[in-house]
Amino acid sequence: MRALTWHGTHDVRVDTVPDPQIVNPRDAIIEITSTAICGSDLHLYNGVIPGLMAGDILGHEFMGRVVEVGPKSTLKKDQRVVVPFTISCGACYFSGKEQYSACDNSNPAEKQDLSAPFYGHPMSGLSAIRT
Amino acid sequence: MSGMTGDPRGEPPRRPARDGFPRQDGAGSRGDDGTPAASLAVALGAGAALVAASLVTRRRTRQRERALRHTDSAPERARRAPSGSATLTANAVTINRPRDELFAFWRAFENLPAFMENVLAARPLGQDRWEWRIGAPAGRSVRLETVVTDERPGERIAWRSLPGSDVEAEGDVTFRDAPAGRGAVVEATVAYHPPADELGRLIATLFQREPQIQGRRELRRFKMLMETGEIATSANRRPEAQEG
Repeated sequence: MRALTWHGTHDVRVDTVPDPQIVNPRDAIIEITSTAICGSDLHLYNGVIPGLMAGDILGHEFMGRVVEVGPKSTLKKDQRVVVPFTISCGACYFSGKEQYSACDNSNPAEKQDLSAPFYGHPMSGLSAIRT
Repeated sequence: MSGMTGDPRGEPPRRPARDGFPRQDGAGSRGDDGTPAASLAVALGAGAALVAASLVTRRRTRQRERALRHTDSAPERARRAPSGSATLTANAVTINRPRDELFAFWRAFENLPAFMENVLAARPLGQDRWEWRIGAPAGRSVRLETVVTDERPGERIAWRSLPGSDVEAEGDVTFRDAPAGRGAVVEATVAYHPPADELGRLIATLFQREPQIQGRRELRRFKMLMETGEIATSANRRPEAQEG
């Protein structure tokens, strides 16, 4: 697929990258039809986010069309969807209270290391460490 | 002074040190008259302030120690627990699922490699003995044979290694109801003694690769798996996901 990738401060390029695959049962692959540029994208563009590496794909607020779903996904092929900047698991305590930005599970466990020394307990919302 | 030392109720100090410091104001008044009596008062005042400060410091230390003995932070308790020469780590996680369901999944030990990165394989040997293969650096692995030493359904599983294992270890995992219907708190403790040979040093290196962080990640992955049925990954292709 084609994707906007980061190569350095103020250096982003549209490259051909490997197509994504369904990895987890609730995954879906979305063909993007339009996208927004978020303020966070500008932080990445300006090179102030540690952990960013050359080739990383940018963009996290977009709309598009579902092209493939995992066996446990609630989406259907060809559905049109909007993706917000927060992602949440839908199953943790906070998701149940509609406090989606506090989701426990949406970021990988190995990316929750930094928040433990900072906040006293690990949490999902901070993922500055790339391992 | 008496206000500082005569408080046997053990309440948090109400800034007594600050109350003590104004006595040093005597230093200011010394310039006013400069008499020997005033100097003596200054000396007494300074001494009193020092004694007060040391008493307050000691009391605060005791309070901190008391608080830590009763902390609900498993890693903190493990750090402070007397463990002899063994290395002890503990972690806890709150999972939004019923305690019995979590216990049952964990008790089926063949499930553990699904969320424990270092556990490559688990094989039953009969009579509740299990053989484990644990990944080590440079493509090597270590072997562990364990037996369950205590089991309370829905509450606790304790285990220890058997002679012939590459590493001497024991541990337990406990399950208790979380407050306010938030599911269950799962706490895992592991103590281990690597042997004193070359393989032992390898094992030590392996485990000291941030054992506390490793243990916490494993519990977080257990939580993800039990709450959502999957373990979050930033890999967007299957081969990368398998590499971890």
